[in-house]
Amino acid sequence: MNYVKISADQCKGCRVCVQACPNHCLKIGSVFNTMGYQSAVFIGEDRCTACGICFYVCPEPGAVTVFKNEKPQKKRDTGESA
Amino acid sequence: MIKHKKPTAFYETFERKGHNDTSTHYCPGCGHGTVHKFIAEAIDDLGVKDQVVFLSPVGCSVFAYYYFDAGNIQCSHGRAPAVATGVRRVHKDAVIISYQGDGDLAGIGTSEIIHAANRGENITVFFVNNAIYGMTGGQMAPTTLNGQKTLTTPLGRDPGRDGLPIGMAEIMNAITAPVYIERVSLSSTKGVLKTRKAVRKGLKNQIDGRGFSFIEILSPCPVNWKMDPVEAREWIAGNLEPVFPITCFRDACSQDQKDSQIAVEHSVESDQIPFMDDKELVSLLKVDALIPNLEILNLEEDQLVKIAGFGGQGVLSGGVLLAKCGIAEGIHATWLPSYGPEMRGGRAYASVILANDEIGSPVVDEPNVLIAMNGPSLDAFEDDVVPGGFILVNSSIATRKVKRDDVSVLYIPASDIAKKEGLTAAANVVLLTIYLKHKGIMSTETLRKIIPVSVTRKKFINTNLRIMDKALEYYDNNVRI
Repeated sequence: MNYVKISADQCKGCRVCVQACPNHCLKIGSVFNTMGYQSAVFIGEDRCTACGICFYVCPEPGAVTVFKNEKPQKKRDTGESA
Repeated sequence: MIKHKKPTAFYETFERKGHNDTSTHYCPGCGHGTVHKFIAEAIDDLGVKDQVVFLSPVGCSVFAYYYFDAGNIQCSHGRAPAVATGVRRVHKDAVIISYQGDGDLAGIGTSEIIHAANRGENITVFFVNNAIYGMTGGQMAPTTLNGQKTLTTPLGRDPGRDGLPIGMAEIMNAITAPVYIERVSLSSTKGVLKTRKAVRKGLKNQIDGRGFSFIEILSPCPVNWKMDPVEAREWIAGNLEPVFPITCFRDACSQDQKDSQIAVEHSVESDQIPFMDDKELVSLLKVDALIPNLEILNLEEDQLVKIAGFGGQGVLSGGVLLAKCGIAEGIHATWLPSYGPEMRGGRAYASVILANDEIGSPVVDEPNVLIAMNGPSLDAFEDDVVPGGFILVNSSIATRKVKRDDVSVLYIPASDIAKKEGLTAAANVVLLTIYLKHKGIMSTETLRKIIPVSVTRKKFINTNLRIMDKALEYYDNNVRI
């Protein structure tokens, strides 16, 4: 499967990736990070194509990492429990 | 497998003040981060990380040096293209990224960008246009839209009062030399991916030595536009793009645009830039007859010289003479003047360093040689001289003796010696001659060769040379015993 890892500490919750993802694989989470932003979380295990659009639209250098054909090692990697 | 991740042209952590060292200082939804990412990715993919010189501007992107693991020069406001020109002249292989915002490029540095483009410098300019001055809180910029409300146009920009928004890409397109001009936008996913392509193309052009590339990027500033990041992107599409059309104005590097072939011919090939070594420069200035080919001098000790006096005494020109002697001897020399607003009579001093190795700073705080041409300068600097240093006093004017006993001192009535030959202002030559002779720094013949080159009023050259002879005569008769 493909998945996207969002670094909760770097994400500023701007929603640009949420809006840009063609398969609606991302949403804004409910938890605040250390900077006080609600970071994006990955919810598209079944439909992510690892196209990288979220990576390119994201204004942070390292907030988004896109994995292709790999299983998330921990549930946390998708950002859901962040 | 990782398909997309943070490019390695970024530092792993960003050492800035504050607790979070992994994210940028940019506001949520800012376009800078995206453009940074594309530049970093292109640097990675083109494999030029070691050659990159990133020129960060004044504006929010001033802190680019915290992020890019590359060479960096932080330029004065608007001057990045001028700095880029300088870097290009000295580093043929550098990949120069001139990164500017719209206040910087279209407002404060309009002249620099136009002339750099007109010279066809082989550089890549990224122009991030967000239609306002972002860092200072959102004031009107030359690119602000008609009617757009900013901090300085609370009722909206009025074209009658403030003019119309400037299209920089259109201005670039009126110049022949650039090889690639494109305007892109971060308003949509498609625009973002086009921006990525344009960034890569701009850098590739430079690496291939094709010439000047200009990429204008319409970029959101959600905070100053008072919108959320998604709205801001929609606002670009609805408002900025109609005024600043998204198009490729010129791409001389692709096959289908034949007429722009001229542009390629106009662009400066980096090989053609004349590089001159010192010898060529000397012959160009027609001073080769005067400067003999000397063996490179080896100083026993670096000379940190402070020449002090009042304006008009030849303090500064004396420093220049000494520095030129050092250069003629093949050693490193710097000269740094300091003087008040008065042309004559005010306090003036010059710091001169003569050294075998390259000189880091031209400032002399603790001189080992003080040439005091009057009393006040002896008072001011006597205590600064390092123990074991040398103080040379113009005893015609400074009447008191040096109080310290841990320095060597020589009293020379320099103004009197010069006055006798009819040129009081040449007291500096007397003191320099005696300094060189007494300390055995270099042959006084070097000074004799330099005086004709350095003295601006040619009718005094012979008088200066005669005064030099008198100084040597005085030294032989009164000092060397």
